[in-house]
Amino acid sequence: MKALLEIDGLTKRFGGLQAVDRLGFVVENGEILGLIGPNGAGKSTVFNLINGVMAPDSGRIRFRGIDITGKSPFYVARLGLARTHQIVQPFATMTVLENCKVGACFGHENLALGRARKAAEEACALVGLDDRVTMLASQLTIAGKKRLELARALSARPHLLLLDEVLAGLNPTEIEHMVTVIRGIRARGVAILLIEHLMQAIMNLSDRIIVLNSGQKLAEGKPVEIAANPAVIEAYLGDPSLAASIAIEMPP
Amino acid sequence: MLLQRPCAWLIALAIAAFALTPLIGDDVELRESLLLAAVYITLASNLNIMLGYCGYINFGSIVFFGLGGYICVYLTSERAWPLVAAALGAGIAVSFLALLFGLGILRLRGPFFALATIGVNEAVQAFVANFEPWGGSSGVYISTELFQPLGGPGRALWVIYFLLVAVMGLSLYLSYAIKCSKFGLGLLAIGQNEDAAAVLGVPTPLFKAIAYCLSAFLPAVAGGLYFFKAAFIQPSDAFDLGLSTEAIVIVMLGGQGTITGPALGAYLYEEMRGWLLTSDTFSNFQLVIAGALLLIIVLFAPGGLMGWIHERWPRLRRVLE
Repeated sequence: MKALLEIDGLTKRFGGLQAVDRLGFVVENGEILGLIGPNGAGKSTVFNLINGVMAPDSGRIRFRGIDITGKSPFYVARLGLARTHQIVQPFATMTVLENCKVGACFGHENLALGRARKAAEEACALVGLDDRVTMLASQLTIAGKKRLELARALSARPHLLLLDEVLAGLNPTEIEHMVTVIRGIRARGVAILLIEHLMQAIMNLSDRIIVLNSGQKLAEGKPVEIAANPAVIEAYLGDPSLAASIAIEMPP
Repeated sequence: MLLQRPCAWLIALAIAAFALTPLIGDDVELRESLLLAAVYITLASNLNIMLGYCGYINFGSIVFFGLGGYICVYLTSERAWPLVAAALGAGIAVSFLALLFGLGILRLRGPFFALATIGVNEAVQAFVANFEPWGGSSGVYISTELFQPLGGPGRALWVIYFLLVAVMGLSLYLSYAIKCSKFGLGLLAIGQNEDAAAVLGVPTPLFKAIAYCLSAFLPAVAGGLYFFKAAFIQPSDAFDLGLSTEAIVIVMLGGQGTITGPALGAYLYEEMRGWLLTSDTFSNFQLVIAGALLLIIVLFAPGGLMGWIHERWPRLRRVLE
């Protein structure tokens, strides 16, 4: 059985900056893969390359066995790859439900309006927005908008979900809720590729973690292995005692 | 399903009012005023598909109207087509041209798109002004004999009026049908945030091109009927950027992105224009007012009249869509 997403030799330059450098990894069906690295390591660029917002300079991306290298975002979305944005991008003067209907109508399932409404309602319920479906997106709090990003992506019923810092800017209670939501999504068989700065959360959620530094893969492995990896501690965590404390907090 | 919503009945009511009121008492003056209003509503409603739904400001939307006029005049006088066939033919030809233009200029966004649309209008005007078969810059006259198949000049004016009211009604129903559809949802998403729409799977280049093409058809048909009725067409009338700007003011005044807004705006604007013209202080004074109006709307009420009504009485959102 082939992996859900296969990336090989992915490279992207911006002028003199090597944003992504010969990166290769796979995402298996149903797994949560964490992508971490210091600011500017190229994490968001990797997302943009995968879902077609940018075309790579070289390298291959295959999704469900289909070559999607350099394909447009709407083509990739139709194949069942959905994403959220680090900076929320709601359709401000549309309601929460209408926002999600866009995802359901034009995403993987390509639903008609009536059935899209149902899919949108389900997605809203899954992220806990079901009490706010008739509100305008602009009226939501920042935590609400983050949930909307997620609900909109989920409405398409994707195979793979790219989550770009969905926990950033949330308070501890909201984070706890969001972590539960992400686990719930995975329980439905959706694979997740996750960028996150909150160490505890990503160590808790991920089955595997990839560490990026200057666009290159620095390490790959289970969360426990990553937290104990000297190269990672050196490049990313900087402070070995912080790394040790994270390792201790890890569930066995 | 389309007829279940109150908006559909409102449109039917407007068409009936336009068709019937001048008939009572055979009021020719009222008919001429309503004819202009119908043209304004057609131009504004179709402009709204690009401006209100997709968020693309088309400054040169009048090029569809003018080109439709020229093609229809050519088909009726040179090719002896019947009026309705010629007007529809003009609509189809202009839609096709719009698709070609659209594929080129719809890659641009924001102010660059707006500039390009002015460019398209100016280029077409310059072409026609130098195109001798179409009379060059001095224009073309239609022989009044062409009114004979429609029952003579007197009756022909009525026939053309009813045809224009039909085109106006179709424009409103087109706006309405698009807004109720999946395609319309995609356009509205593009209008709000094009990149996010593409990420969610909306095929943005295709949808924009279809919208641009659709928004060209009925204005071209209306242009054909309008200039046939005038029996004269020249480049400066056909491709008048002033009228393009007025159409934008109308859409903004009524409420961009709504179905009833452009119609209401067009009607009010035409009333105001008629009132200003009778004062006769100086010609085209309505453009001064239009400019000031646009400024006030953009600064203080970007949602226009309908936006204001929706905010004030949220329940009306479902009726006056």
